[in-house]
Amino acid sequence: MKRILLLSLALFGTAQAASTITIATVNNPDMVTMQKLTPEFNKKYPDINVKWVTLPENELRQKITLDVASGAGTFDLATVGSYEVPIWAKNGWLDPLTPMFAKDPALAKAYDLNDVLPTVRSALSNGGQLYAVPFYAESSMTYYNKDLFKAANVTMPAAPTWQQIQTLASKIHNPSKGVYGICLRGLPGWGENMGLFSTMVNTFGGRWYDMKWQPQINTPAWKQAVTFYVDTLKKYGPPGATSNGFTENLTLMSQGKCGIWVDATVGAGFLSDPANSKVVGKVGFAKAPVGPGTPRGSNWFWSWNLAIPKSSKQADSAFKFLTWATSKDYIALVAKTKGTWASVPPGTRNSTYNNPQYKAAAGAFSSLVLSSIKSADVTKATKDPVPYTGIQYISIPQFQALGTQVGQYLAGALSGQSTIDATLKQMQDAAQKTAKDGGYQK
Amino acid sequence: MTAAPTHHNAVGSRHRVRNAFLTVITYVIALMFLFPLVWMVMAAFKTESQAFASPPVFFFQPVLENFQKALPTYGPALLHSLIAAFGSTLLAFILGLPAAFALAVYPTRRAQGVLSWMLSTKFMPAVGVIVPLFLIFKNLHLLDTLPGLILMYTTMNLPLVVWMMHSYMTEIPYAIYEAAKVDGASVGQEFFGIALPLAMPGVSATALLCLIFAWNEVFFALNLTSSNAAPLSVYIGQFKTSEGLFWAQMSAAATLTVLPVLIFGWVAQRQLVRGLSFGAVK
Repeated sequence: MKRILLLSLALFGTAQAASTITIATVNNPDMVTMQKLTPEFNKKYPDINVKWVTLPENELRQKITLDVASGAGTFDLATVGSYEVPIWAKNGWLDPLTPMFAKDPALAKAYDLNDVLPTVRSALSNGGQLYAVPFYAESSMTYYNKDLFKAANVTMPAAPTWQQIQTLASKIHNPSKGVYGICLRGLPGWGENMGLFSTMVNTFGGRWYDMKWQPQINTPAWKQAVTFYVDTLKKYGPPGATSNGFTENLTLMSQGKCGIWVDATVGAGFLSDPANSKVVGKVGFAKAPVGPGTPRGSNWFWSWNLAIPKSSKQADSAFKFLTWATSKDYIALVAKTKGTWASVPPGTRNSTYNNPQYKAAAGAFSSLVLSSIKSADVTKATKDPVPYTGIQYISIPQFQALGTQVGQYLAGALSGQSTIDATLKQMQDAAQKTAKDGGYQK
Repeated sequence: MTAAPTHHNAVGSRHRVRNAFLTVITYVIALMFLFPLVWMVMAAFKTESQAFASPPVFFFQPVLENFQKALPTYGPALLHSLIAAFGSTLLAFILGLPAAFALAVYPTRRAQGVLSWMLSTKFMPAVGVIVPLFLIFKNLHLLDTLPGLILMYTTMNLPLVVWMMHSYMTEIPYAIYEAAKVDGASVGQEFFGIALPLAMPGVSATALLCLIFAWNEVFFALNLTSSNAAPLSVYIGQFKTSEGLFWAQMSAAATLTVLPVLIFGWVAQRQLVRGLSFGAVK
């Protein structure tokens, strides 16, 4: 009887001390690793139970939005994209992290926030407060198939221009043999074709809006960019390019069917994985192409981050997980578990890139990824000044809808459903409507 | 001796040809219906790059790694789906059968209006009511709970139960009730002794439909549950990723999800067919 009493007391005791946090996440490979390492977190913090909710990106976004806006408090931690962090921060949906770091100097010292790349930190801040920490970050760059280049007797410059890219693609294009000069995103969506195309607009010298929120799509820069994109893909791209997004192009590239591919830096890891790629060791890397307008904004910036929704009832425990999963120790832990430094979450910390083991393992592309991310400044992405931040997106809540709509018009031009001029007019009208309805124009 | 059988043979072979032709057509149609399912099961045993390959791969060395990846989170989701589907179907019948009986056997002036009103609740797209529903669930602490999900699916299937059981019960000749009344049966005895047994084939068919609807429902499940009550439809979704390939894994998860329904349907088919064809009501 006494034993039972003691046992129940002990149970009661642990039940009281333990807290449970629920983490909402997307199912990207680095997040799968994070879930698998939960027992390691529990070794350090045995009193915090971790529950995972995995959802596709769009559903996750919807669910967290609904949860935070209604104050339901289901989630204590969430993976949030760099596009949403400043918007959600402005809405008061996220707990600012700066005061939490200030409250725990020992933890802050070990965490070493200054080690986190400055461009990444600035993308995740709003009004001088940090609202999220990066789990991994990416930019865009140029991939090319070295075998196909050798066969065509051409070379890729280290920092190509879009014009050079088009010329190179024309030399490699050989559709009768199932080889296409260039693969670019054509699938409509703000995070699909518009991710790439917005960087083209930037570097061709264009912008979405001027400082008075007047849309700037009916300008020579946009016309040049649309014409160039449609021309290049129609002449030297794979058939049915409007249904190709990141995954489809990755597959084409990994099967040796593309000469050139301009896309996310995370693609490098997949192309080097023998399980899924037939071109391991045959892929060359170069900077993202620049256009005739400006070198600014030619490569995008995206990061997946951890943030604490304001409605969380376990913010302290959530903060512990957040700092653990983005720490130097975590990165080393992934390297140890996976057996290679090439698999660690990239793009977040200087210390990762200074690590000789990482340099040796990630080799050819690591320095390119670092310089791409460091140069991807969300506050200076266009030739002319703009009233917003962001490179391949503009950080207003309406951009998801606007970007997807404009992406559909772009796909219409690519498939030949509408002319370039008609497309530009549709885009301009959509941008005008967004600025007006959103109350941005004074 | 020779002429008649020849004529007979010609007719016979024409019959055979027509039968064979019909059989082939039947197989073609069946294959068209089954192909997506077969393709899904095939993809579940492929590697990720085979599942995504173009042109499609038909012959391959089957692998089990997709199931290894899909299984760890399968158990709880399966349990949630079973509880939600069977719980909601049971509740919908407890509430819907008496309603259908009353509307069929003791209709008032407004019976038709009541039925139409019930059906009208199905007109509204689910997304139109999700925000108020979410807030109600939040305030009643039903978010991410199995009772919440059961309640949701019950309301979703209740109109179906009432409508289908109403039509089965109106088909029962009124003379049977009158005979029972003459013998002094109460309303309860009419319900349990006549309406329910005679409408049994309808009950099993409707129950199967309710189970399948609840099993396949994804929109409410996605929005109203997260981990403690997330059913299989939400479980499949978690395999989607924006980085890398996932078709084979997702096919494995989908195969595991339809498996219980297939088994259930296979076990129940004899009873179902018998129930449907041996009913007292013709």
